[in-house]
Amino acid sequence: MLLGRTANGLYWMSRYIERADNMARLIDAGLRMALTRTQNASEEWNSVLLSAGADVAFSQKYTEYTASEVSDFLLRDTTNPSSVISSIETARNNARMVRTALTRETWESINEAWMSLKRLLASPIDERELPKVLDAIKRETALIRGSFFGTMLRNEIFDFYQIGTYIERADNTARILDVKYYVLLPSISWVGSTLDNYQWESILRSVSAHRSYRWVYDADYKPSNIADYLILNSRMPRSLTFSYRFITEHLRALAQDYGELHSSHAMSERIYSKLKNGSIKDIFDAGLHEFLNDFICDNQVLGDQVALDYSFH
Amino acid sequence: MTAFDEMFPGASGPRRPYASYDQWLKDQDPGRLTEKMRDAESVFRKTGITFAVYGEEEAAERLIPFDIVPRIISGNEWRRLTLGIEQRVQALNAFLDDIYHRQEILRSGRLPRELIANNVAFLPEMIGLRPPAGVYTHIIGVDIVRISEDEFYVLEDNARTPSGVSYMLENRETMMQLFPELFKRVKVRPVENYPQLLRQSLAAVKPHNVAGAPTIAVLTPGSFNSAYFEHAFLADQMGVQLVEGQDLRVVDGHVAMRTTEGYKQIDVLYRRVDDDYLDPLTFRADSALGVPGIMDVYRAGNITIANAPGTGIADDKAIYSYMPEIIEFYTGRKPILGNIPTWRCSDPSSLSYVQEHLHELVVKEVHGSGGYGMLVGPAASKKEREAFAKKLAARPSNYIAQPTLSLSTCPILTEKGLAPRHVDLRPFVLVSDRIQIVPGGLTRVALKEGSLVVNSSQGGGTKDTWVLDD
Repeated sequence: MLLGRTANGLYWMSRYIERADNMARLIDAGLRMALTRTQNASEEWNSVLLSAGADVAFSQKYTEYTASEVSDFLLRDTTNPSSVISSIETARNNARMVRTALTRETWESINEAWMSLKRLLASPIDERELPKVLDAIKRETALIRGSFFGTMLRNEIFDFYQIGTYIERADNTARILDVKYYVLLPSISWVGSTLDNYQWESILRSVSAHRSYRWVYDADYKPSNIADYLILNSRMPRSLTFSYRFITEHLRALAQDYGELHSSHAMSERIYSKLKNGSIKDIFDAGLHEFLNDFICDNQVLGDQVALDYSFH
Repeated sequence: MTAFDEMFPGASGPRRPYASYDQWLKDQDPGRLTEKMRDAESVFRKTGITFAVYGEEEAAERLIPFDIVPRIISGNEWRRLTLGIEQRVQALNAFLDDIYHRQEILRSGRLPRELIANNVAFLPEMIGLRPPAGVYTHIIGVDIVRISEDEFYVLEDNARTPSGVSYMLENRETMMQLFPELFKRVKVRPVENYPQLLRQSLAAVKPHNVAGAPTIAVLTPGSFNSAYFEHAFLADQMGVQLVEGQDLRVVDGHVAMRTTEGYKQIDVLYRRVDDDYLDPLTFRADSALGVPGIMDVYRAGNITIANAPGTGIADDKAIYSYMPEIIEFYTGRKPILGNIPTWRCSDPSSLSYVQEHLHELVVKEVHGSGGYGMLVGPAASKKEREAFAKKLAARPSNYIAQPTLSLSTCPILTEKGLAPRHVDLRPFVLVSDRIQIVPGGLTRVALKEGSLVVNSSQGGGTKDTWVLDD
């Protein structure tokens, strides 16, 4: 038996842990891009902010898009609810609320991540220190994931946590793609300039997939392959299909546990089968931007439906 | 005034209960001990055993300082204490039952009527209501101080929602992690089964119409409450749900919690929410921490609330001074554990005595707790005493006074080695169809040299409390 409020806490705890992790990857990619493409740096930082869904809030505070300002806003700014510091604080508050549902190791890993990241992000970060800080964020979230996977019972608690993780992750990957969808369009890819090459690498980098891409598709970057990789590849852990495989699996587990199907089940099955049976050609033909837009919307609606079906509030 | 030190009462070496520990201590490298002290702190911080301090802006999560020198009680001393505590707890429950029913003690004239009539801790809503299994106060913390080798006194009873038991358990856990070898050398009685005992005890007082195992839950005001850690800890250790008011509602005459599969009935609620906030339909209407209508469910006998509403009348500081009479009235025997002599300032002759002796007395608010709003005469400045005298004159019945007792001391580890500090003791008592006391309790220690205030909110710390298996 699980309280609705606890399910809600688990769901958001995992979403915010995932968000902190994704934010670090995103900044990492932006940093690399800015280093290698100095003349387009501010444009690149702008797309990082767009992907993070933080562009409006940022522009209210700053006028220039520089590495130190953007990274400060995304890492340390407590007025930005999706900054790493805010995310880890929210994750920890939720963890505190659902503490009785967590193993001691999981709780401690979250509490320690909160303590160490708070210390790390207490004062402005020198650009030279940035890679070290980003590594630390990824390491802390990996430790949380590790203790969670290593110690938690595979029950409803696990299911709600996983659903939160993958809804957040799918949202993140879809946004990254959508911000850069135009560089992936076939019409532009024919140009095949070096600019596109950097852009493509940046997309892969922001989901830490620039190396594994080569294991799967071996040769050069091709926009249709990149899109295929991040949307449809069922083995790429940050792809939309992969995310939906797990969302669907954990919703099924809940249905079996409770012996009851809800609207969220039909919804996730529908999204999953669209992904599983989709081809990148069809997606491009129908419009990549439209596809991503619909997906982001569906994904959000599913999250709300899960909250409704399982009495989160 | 020299205090009785429980470890080194004189120059002749340690008292018997400490002998074995003292020997071990002599073999320890001081540097290693200091290191262990730091280890302990990081363990507490890591596990998040913190408490919030009200009135501090930065939503401060603070650690209660932990001292690594245990407070040791011999088996014999403990047996004496438990007899006294049991007697007291029996009397408290008998008193509560009486005061909400026939009020024999008032009829007999042993207790003045106005003490009850004008008391905000007395809940008229409880009149004529008998809780399941007839138990009013299920979980009690009895604060005990020691003055000498043989003199123990009860400082106060906590019959509402006593806290601190999680520290008793975590302190022991930490000590066992830090000094496993010590527990091989000294036979200490275990305390770790407290959560199981609590669960059994709560289950034993389920509503009579519940067949089979009852559903138990812990009700917390929420994660911003100062004792939230303890609420979560106990729910977790008992394997029951930790609920908030927003999770609960009355469904078909029962209190139910909102789960991922709909509403589920609760039979026993261990609430850590004050009476005032329990039911907005009966008590404070603005409370969002309680359950609208829970008192109706309670009256219908469909839920056990632990502790019962209205138990505050038994641990009220004005009632405290009558505890010897109360114990004798209900048990037919003299109290085994004494009270500290207490002047009730509502009484004119006591008031003038207190006013003349402010410099040597401790004066407390009748309804206060946590060490707030009290005056420690000998430690206060002239100015503080004068300010307090005005408050006292304005509302004498709001105050009681007690002599400044020289609380016993126990050494703590400081940077300069061992140093004596004043301590008290809060054992925890469980009442169901029987009375159980876990061998140990929470030792609170005033960390400031010479200070007598042990409250954690006022800079006190804690120690592991050992009851020897001898």
